[in-house]
Amino acid sequence: MTLIAGQADDSSRTITRRGLILGAAQLGFVGLLGLRIRHMQIEQVEEFRLLADENRIDIRLVQPARGLVFDRNGVPLVKNEQNYGIVLIRADVDDLESVLSRIARIVDLTPEETERALREISKSNPSIPVTVADRLTWDEFAEVAANSPALPGVRPDVTLSRSYLLDLDFAHVLGYVGPVSDYDMTKGYLSNDSDPLLQIPRFQVGKTGVEARMERLLRGRAGLRREEVNATGRVMRQLGEQASQPGAEVQLTVDSKLQNYVQVRLEEESASAVVMDIGSGDILALGSAPSFDPNKFVRGISVADWNALTTNEFRPLANKAVQGVYPPGSTFKMVTALAALHEGAITPSQEVRCNGYTEVSGRRFHCWLGHGHGDTDLLSSLTESCDVYYYDISARVGIEKIASMARRLGFGQRFDVPLSAVHQGLMPDRSWKLRNRRADWVVGDTLNAGIGQGFVLSSPLQLAVMTARLASGKSVTPRLIKSIDGREEPVPEWEDLGLDPAHLQLVREGMIDVVNSRKGTAYGSRILNEEMRMAGKTGTSQIRSITEAERKNGIISNEDLPWDRRDHALFVCYAPHDVPKIACSVVVEHGGGGSLAAAPIARDIVLQALYGGTPPLSAYPENQRGTIETRQRELKLRDPAILTQRRSRA
Amino acid sequence: MSFPEFTGSKVPTGPGKILYMNPALALLLVAAAGLGFLMLYSVAGGSVTPWAAPQMKRFALGVAVMFAVAMVPIWFWRNVAGIAYAVSILLLVLVELVGTVGMGAQRWIDLGFMRLQPSEFTKLTMVMLLAAYYDRLDIQKTSRPLWVAVPAVLILLPTFLVLRQPDLGTSILLVLGGAMMMFLAGVHWGYFAALGAGGGGLAALAIFLRGTEWQLLKDYQYLRIDAYLNPESDPHGSGYHIIQSKIALGSGGWTGRGLMQGSQSRLNFLPEKHTDFIFTTLAEELGFIGASSLLALYSLIIFYCIVSALRTRDRFSSMLILGFSATFFLFFAVNISMVTGLMPVVGVPLPFISYGGSAMLMLMIGFGLVQSAHIHRPRNRI
Repeated sequence: MTLIAGQADDSSRTITRRGLILGAAQLGFVGLLGLRIRHMQIEQVEEFRLLADENRIDIRLVQPARGLVFDRNGVPLVKNEQNYGIVLIRADVDDLESVLSRIARIVDLTPEETERALREISKSNPSIPVTVADRLTWDEFAEVAANSPALPGVRPDVTLSRSYLLDLDFAHVLGYVGPVSDYDMTKGYLSNDSDPLLQIPRFQVGKTGVEARMERLLRGRAGLRREEVNATGRVMRQLGEQASQPGAEVQLTVDSKLQNYVQVRLEEESASAVVMDIGSGDILALGSAPSFDPNKFVRGISVADWNALTTNEFRPLANKAVQGVYPPGSTFKMVTALAALHEGAITPSQEVRCNGYTEVSGRRFHCWLGHGHGDTDLLSSLTESCDVYYYDISARVGIEKIASMARRLGFGQRFDVPLSAVHQGLMPDRSWKLRNRRADWVVGDTLNAGIGQGFVLSSPLQLAVMTARLASGKSVTPRLIKSIDGREEPVPEWEDLGLDPAHLQLVREGMIDVVNSRKGTAYGSRILNEEMRMAGKTGTSQIRSITEAERKNGIISNEDLPWDRRDHALFVCYAPHDVPKIACSVVVEHGGGGSLAAAPIARDIVLQALYGGTPPLSAYPENQRGTIETRQRELKLRDPAILTQRRSRA
Repeated sequence: MSFPEFTGSKVPTGPGKILYMNPALALLLVAAAGLGFLMLYSVAGGSVTPWAAPQMKRFALGVAVMFAVAMVPIWFWRNVAGIAYAVSILLLVLVELVGTVGMGAQRWIDLGFMRLQPSEFTKLTMVMLLAAYYDRLDIQKTSRPLWVAVPAVLILLPTFLVLRQPDLGTSILLVLGGAMMMFLAGVHWGYFAALGAGGGGLAALAIFLRGTEWQLLKDYQYLRIDAYLNPESDPHGSGYHIIQSKIALGSGGWTGRGLMQGSQSRLNFLPEKHTDFIFTTLAEELGFIGASSLLALYSLIIFYCIVSALRTRDRFSSMLILGFSATFFLFFAVNISMVTGLMPVVGVPLPFISYGGSAMLMLMIGFGLVQSAHIHRPRNRI
């Protein structure tokens, strides 16, 4: 290369000029970058910091402990048990199949459980823990924890789960909890509930009974836990926690010892019983048999158990004490009698002749006693439960007056107790029939209603309320909640029913004679102890009509009918007869006659309640003591030690 | 110029000539690398493993290489420029044939002791060859079409090979770096205007042909451009990296969150936090002060290079220094533009800070050449 003078200078001038241009451009661009960074870091810093915090901070709900429930004496009915389970975090698991099979070697995993776990794992965020197995024994739990190095992504997990301490006794009162369902949230009772806790998968909510009706109080309030999470959602550390607020402690009016007795006493039958405190309206016991174990529902009931419960013709799942409604039969006669006395349609001594039937507009209405009771006054009409007497006075008083008296005593009324499916019953009248049956009320309807048959329907709870009102003359209303979080629910001052005390006294005397007079239909169920004598009324509600032909050939006795065609047996009573303390109603479905099937149960319950334990045999008539003793021995009552535990208050 | 021309003035000789290097420039490199070690230590959660310690070893090796290169006279490097270029082209072809696929692209050759990324060295050898080319070329011919076409081919050949790997980031750096060399050499403005128009046309064509058999870019490259234009449209998909990167950078404030306190990088919201996206961690943890300090360091490095280039009368030396400093500029300018959302995401590391061996080695060789040019500058007195 030849060196030409000036060329080198020329070339370096070009390089100098262009190098400076390029350098200036470069520095200018660096300045631009600086401005860009300054804009983001200084002017927009708040915005970006917020976004960074949204990235890193996850707010998680802390589940509150569900409120506990106690009986009227402070005996705990439920507890929140530690439930040992294992959860799996998909993001930390390489080979899901092999990890699951290793878990299955330690704990029993049914194919259904594995399938459910796999389904939930595939549905949810891979860094959210999914429950693979729960309700492990301590040994299984400990083994899983010990094997955790071999089980990547698997963590032992302790949660609280509901346990019903007096399983069968309170199944219908307390109900049970279960995982919140789509139905609960869309159509069910939680459809207006916006509590974020309900969004937690498998969050436990009340499904029936007190658990469902007191859900808001029992659930408590969620706490909040602020956690720092990484990009995959894994929790890196806790930032702070706002404690959850446990659910309210609810105390029921029920006496668990009496409840246990009632439940055990009824267990063989399809029956229900209600015991009320007359002064306060407190429900002391509310039994429905047969019962079921609510704990099975909490754990997830098996198909076999579920089928056994739903196909049982005794309907164990129904709370018959409030949702079962029956024609009250003769237990309704006090209502008719009071209506007639109130309207001045009868005097106590006025007699009606009973020849076994009465004829109204060409139809025969039969008395239960075929050959009739002869001349019957008010007192003997109740004692011997003469139907013809009540046909006669019903016709004179009319349905409207009877219905009005019945409502005053609690029929056709839905009581606001926190139980599931509380039935209103039915007290029919003219307008009801016109509306619902599109037919005119006929006098025959009045006669049937007058003896508690026909359209009249009532629940055992309503019968107990009626009895309590008859015994007190006040509008006693049932109460199930005694206190919430230690604050006593006030007992209202019950209003007077506005009935003539003399009329009430007449009806009560009739009820006393039913049990204590030799002619009374429940004489066999009398109590010998003077201070504890009871007053009552039997009822036998027919669920089929007896044809004229059958009457001629002899009525088929209940024992010869299939179970579900037999009469319902009813008994209502209060005791002691002179200073009434408790009212009781017993209904035995298809039990036959009230005097034989229901009254003895009611007597046992009343004695149990009045004595606060097993009564002495001396309270029973001498000739029954042998059978009673055997029964007392055979009843499998709960260990009283469990029922006398008291809550330990902090 | 050739060796005899140097003899007209004095050129330092012997081992003592090391004293004639540019010490400020060397210290700036150490400072930048030190900041890099600090960041690698921080993103590892306060640990020299797995990144900071290997990076330090590479830097130590790099310093040795730099001195070695600096001690070799600059005219030697000019004479081997053609061979170096040919070797790097061969290596690029070799990558095409036997290279290992990493991150969806075929970029390196595993030599056993290190993974060689030939595209990094091509940036350097291309600059060397272009500097040598313009040193030899009669200055009158610089803007003649034929003599413009030759360097254009020399630029486009490696660009094409790198684009096939595919490595969009490096090919952009090669084209821009080459264009800057031609600009420095004094190629007429008109060519650059034409290139700008052509580039615009190519971009239009790339968009137009998308989704057809003849589409110019890979699908993931189109997705990155989409994410750049509107990152919020797909915050969990293709826009995720840009959004998270901007959040990290923006949340730094004046002084930052403190070392190891950047939530975005510590909690893994940042992608590639130890390589291409390390600037966001630096900005998040050291704030605007840290980020602008790094920009100042880079600016000073470029400033010293330009000063050094303008002081030598040797055309090869000044072309080489300015070309290399332009390549260095492109590195961090593209990287920072990318993480601040000014440019679509292309894989370009942040010089001296990002974890990576080839880039570090290439930079140190490059600065070795700069020092060599500085040392072997003819001086009036020694």
